[in-house]
Amino acid sequence: MNAGLEIGVAVGKTIFIIMFALSLGGLLTWVERKQSAVMQDRIGANRASILGLRVWGLFHIIADAVKMFTKEDFVPNTPHKFIHAIAPVLSIFFALLSFAVIPFGSSIVIAGHSIGLQVADVNVGILFIFAMMSVAVYGVVLAGWSSNNNYALLGGIRATAQMISYEITFGLTLVGVILIFQTLSMQEIVRAQGGLLFGFLPRWGVFLQPLGLLLFMTAAIAETKRIPFDIPEGESEIIGFFVEYSSMKFGMFMFADFIEQILVAAMVTTFFFGGWQVPYLGDTGFAFPWGTTWDLNTWMVESLRVAAFVVKVSFFCWLQMLIRWTLPRFRFDQLMNLGWKVLLPLSLANTLATAVIVLWVGR
Amino acid sequence: MGTVRVIHVSERRRTLTFWERTYLLEVFRGLVLTARHFFVNLWRHSLWLVGVKSGPPGAATFQYPEVRRPQSPRLRTLHRLAKRPDGTPRCVACMMCETVCPAFCIKIVAEEVDDSSIEKRPKSFDIDIGRCVFCGFCVEACPEDAIRMDTGITEIGALSRDGMVLNIETLLSLPPKSERGDKPVDFLQQQLVQ
Repeated sequence: MNAGLEIGVAVGKTIFIIMFALSLGGLLTWVERKQSAVMQDRIGANRASILGLRVWGLFHIIADAVKMFTKEDFVPNTPHKFIHAIAPVLSIFFALLSFAVIPFGSSIVIAGHSIGLQVADVNVGILFIFAMMSVAVYGVVLAGWSSNNNYALLGGIRATAQMISYEITFGLTLVGVILIFQTLSMQEIVRAQGGLLFGFLPRWGVFLQPLGLLLFMTAAIAETKRIPFDIPEGESEIIGFFVEYSSMKFGMFMFADFIEQILVAAMVTTFFFGGWQVPYLGDTGFAFPWGTTWDLNTWMVESLRVAAFVVKVSFFCWLQMLIRWTLPRFRFDQLMNLGWKVLLPLSLANTLATAVIVLWVGR
Repeated sequence: MGTVRVIHVSERRRTLTFWERTYLLEVFRGLVLTARHFFVNLWRHSLWLVGVKSGPPGAATFQYPEVRRPQSPRLRTLHRLAKRPDGTPRCVACMMCETVCPAFCIKIVAEEVDDSSIEKRPKSFDIDIGRCVFCGFCVEACPEDAIRMDTGITEIGALSRDGMVLNIETLLSLPPKSERGDKPVDFLQQQLVQ
């Protein structure tokens, strides 16, 4: 494959995954309002209309964007105007960058060239995501610090404490996954989840690491800074790090939250729910455990896999919304207790148990 | 005098079972509850969408501008000034309402009339709705039953503070809710937006 074609393919894949993340993120702003409304026996946003057409309030996405862009961009009197402006960009940039290593399909063959459906098949994909999520805290901290506002600074400090505390659990739970699949590459992890367990269960991470999934979800939701872990933000009561932000800069913080939510959904899918794997679907078609086979061509298989990835990610976005609109916020000491006294020991125990079992089975 | 029983807050706290203290099971139960609401309501919305409207609605809310909540007859809404059978205001400018008003939103200027049974009448009668707290004291204080809060109008707005001040002509022209029925008042455009 020549260099020009390679660059073209890479750009195409990048555009696909970025458009996927951004459009799903935009949709989530609507889903958040509608899902919370339906859960609470309400109707939800349904007034924005174009030519009398309402389509269940879907135009509120456009209305919100127009509102955000046309609002006054108020910059507080701070000596760090540049940092103040760049903090929301950092926040959303690193969230979007993490999508580079998320595999959304296995590979397709076009004109004799095999194209992997992943922007960058880095062999340390997990470490890359960790690095990006760790750097994402800078956006929050810098926003709090550069706002020249004590409440914002305190919000930024709370965010730092929370994100650093939960990053440990976040990483340790994945050690179990890495131990089982013996690789750091995201694509390889998904491929390794293709087999069957006991002859009928898909060999997904959730069946191999049930405790790991629970801990990972908890830590990941804490990383996204949403209720019940929204102590850095807490708009209504404790005032968060973006109190001095307005117009689209504020919008970018909100949007970064949604992007991170999709990222968490994609990670849970990749590590614990087989990524693009469809149960019993191999490279040549379905092979059910009771003996039935159903042959499909490569294109059908690949479309099914990409569709499976999208469906799984959408489901976990929905689940996170459900959690966000069900649970009340933790107090700060409860948050720290949960992080350090419950999640961390449990994840250590999980790692140890997994290591022992892997060693024992592998011997 | 009976004895006062002091209940300490800690006595009211229910002791949690082990599973409740782990929080995990309770989280799961909460999620099941909200998810059930979600799916039941989604199903009801879908039924309505395809035209089956016999079942219960998916939302418990009133779709406000189109559907309005029934008002209680005792509800205190926008003021009006009642008239005598001959069309003159019942108000005798006694200043009772202006005196009792806690928000100081009523301004009355009185003038003399020849009618010996009345002696006074309002030359002007302004209510600053922007300051009114809708306490209803003016209605209670009125000896002539002249000021009433039964118009059923709750949507009041203007583009300026001056626009929120209602004069005597406006107040006299407002019909009570019982005469108006459910017919909306074209009141915002005519009177308040100035």
